[in-house]
Amino acid sequence: MGNVLAFCETSGDKLRTNALANITFARQAAEKHGGDVIVVLVGKAVSAAGSAAAAYAGKVITVEADALDNYMAETYAPIVARIAGDENASVVCATASATGKDLVPRVAALIGAGMASDIAGITGKNQFKRPILAGNAYSSVDISTDVICVTVRQSEFDPAAELATAGQVSSAEAGDVESFGAEVVRVESSKSDRPDLNDADVVVSGGRGMKNGDNFKVLEELADLLGAAMGASRAATDAGMVPADWQVGQTGKIVAPNLYIAVAISGAIQHLAGMKSSKTIVAINKDAEAPIFQVADYGLVATWEKAIPELVEEIKKLKESQT
Amino acid sequence: MKILVPLKRVPDPELKTKIQDGAVDLSNVSWVVNPFDEYAVEAALRLVENADDGSRHGEVVVLTLGPDDAAAQLRSALAMGADRAIRIEANDDEIDAGTVVDALVAIIDAEKPDIVLMGKQAVDGDSNQAGQMLAGKLAWPQATFAASIELAGDKSTVTVGREVDAGVEYKKIPLPGIITADLRIISPRAVINHITPDSHEYQDGPRYASLKGIMKAKKKPMDVKSMADIGVTAAPVIKRVSVELPPQRPAGQIVESVQELVAKLNEEAKAL
Repeated sequence: MGNVLAFCETSGDKLRTNALANITFARQAAEKHGGDVIVVLVGKAVSAAGSAAAAYAGKVITVEADALDNYMAETYAPIVARIAGDENASVVCATASATGKDLVPRVAALIGAGMASDIAGITGKNQFKRPILAGNAYSSVDISTDVICVTVRQSEFDPAAELATAGQVSSAEAGDVESFGAEVVRVESSKSDRPDLNDADVVVSGGRGMKNGDNFKVLEELADLLGAAMGASRAATDAGMVPADWQVGQTGKIVAPNLYIAVAISGAIQHLAGMKSSKTIVAINKDAEAPIFQVADYGLVATWEKAIPELVEEIKKLKESQT
Repeated sequence: MKILVPLKRVPDPELKTKIQDGAVDLSNVSWVVNPFDEYAVEAALRLVENADDGSRHGEVVVLTLGPDDAAAQLRSALAMGADRAIRIEANDDEIDAGTVVDALVAIIDAEKPDIVLMGKQAVDGDSNQAGQMLAGKLAWPQATFAASIELAGDKSTVTVGREVDAGVEYKKIPLPGIITADLRIISPRAVINHITPDSHEYQDGPRYASLKGIMKAKKKPMDVKSMADIGVTAAPVIKRVSVELPPQRPAGQIVESVQELVAKLNEEAKAL
């Protein structure tokens, strides 16, 4: 028997949306391990987020200290490792975000845990299914350590529903916060009013065929009409047309929105790995042979120059008729 | 300055990998250096080379765990310009992340590098673990997913641009430390070492080995050690039970016009 310690990310007073996939996994794992889900939140001021988290887990532990203001693996990993021990955890998990991917392997090293990264499912008590080879295959791995570390692919787990009764929030000491000399100097954020790419219901992505960054404006108009996040292929981000954090793919973000619209994207394996779990996929490309059409539910062979303005007009018409 | 670049061989990601009898079929596979590790070699070279007078201010040592024929990937890195190589004898099936990390710790104890620079993940297993685990084991600072590296003039720290969910985070770590390389580390101005003149133009991407480089690589030292030599016992805790193909998406349809597309998205897919 063992508990499941779910490290969740916060954003101000709230849990980050990506935490809910992690909690869904944690509940599945807790059932298999015969223990409870315990959420741990770490930061400068996370009590309010702690109350938010209590809607999803019977026990929430907050760890606060000024020195924990910026996330760093160096300072967070020892805290998560210590609480895993204190709480008798047999599974430690986090969402496979930039933070989770950076943090959890360091925790695993500190507690001697075997680890499965970016998992898509739990198939046994200590057995997990995970994509390998850029999503071209799924591997089942069995882990034989007493404690197991896991990062969870957000797009493969539904967001957790709230519990009928909210859980208890308690706080734990941060202890000596040791940074090993590391510091976050600054963060250059690409602020946007659009939804977060990881959580968006609709994603509009452009590829190399958009030719330059200015041309993305027409896609942004479409995105804003649909309340969508903007994405891009690696070819487009590498060429500097759009910010790097728009990249969808094996080495960028893995998304699974309700609707994914791929425009002027050929569909390299690397890109498909990041979006092929989307519910409905639309591909618009002038090349009828483009591999993107093999994963698309609806394909339109057309240039973006012609198709996108038309699409914007048609959707506007549809929206007007619906109101 | 000494930089250690651990690298892994992977099946050529440009070629289709076959799945047979619940495992990846490696019988006819063509091995290459894991692309992210190749980027790490490129970044390591840029960190030490091309001072004003063309000289180098440091050594780049490459390392792999693998059987005899994994030496070929080390030779590729030597041909790019790395100075020497270390191969630790191991069979692919006895290596998991924990074993790799134990072996790296042993080599790092002996070599005492200032920087360990490696790919953020191998594109076969896609695990993205080894660098972070190594940093945890060594109690070293870590800068993962590096899109840029600036080595301070006094060579005591690096400031690494990291691609995170919110944008780019600049993290400064003292050396020795661990850096894992992301895609954009090979863009022309991603690496600053304060010895290479600003006017120096790097191409986008890892360098190709020149014929001269390939000839020279044959004479560069390659140390071969057994796991016993470095005092590590392979005890894998991760077992790959089976491998299967992902579920196929049902065939889609080609629509003839934007009007048809919008109608189908609205009525059939209920996606608008």
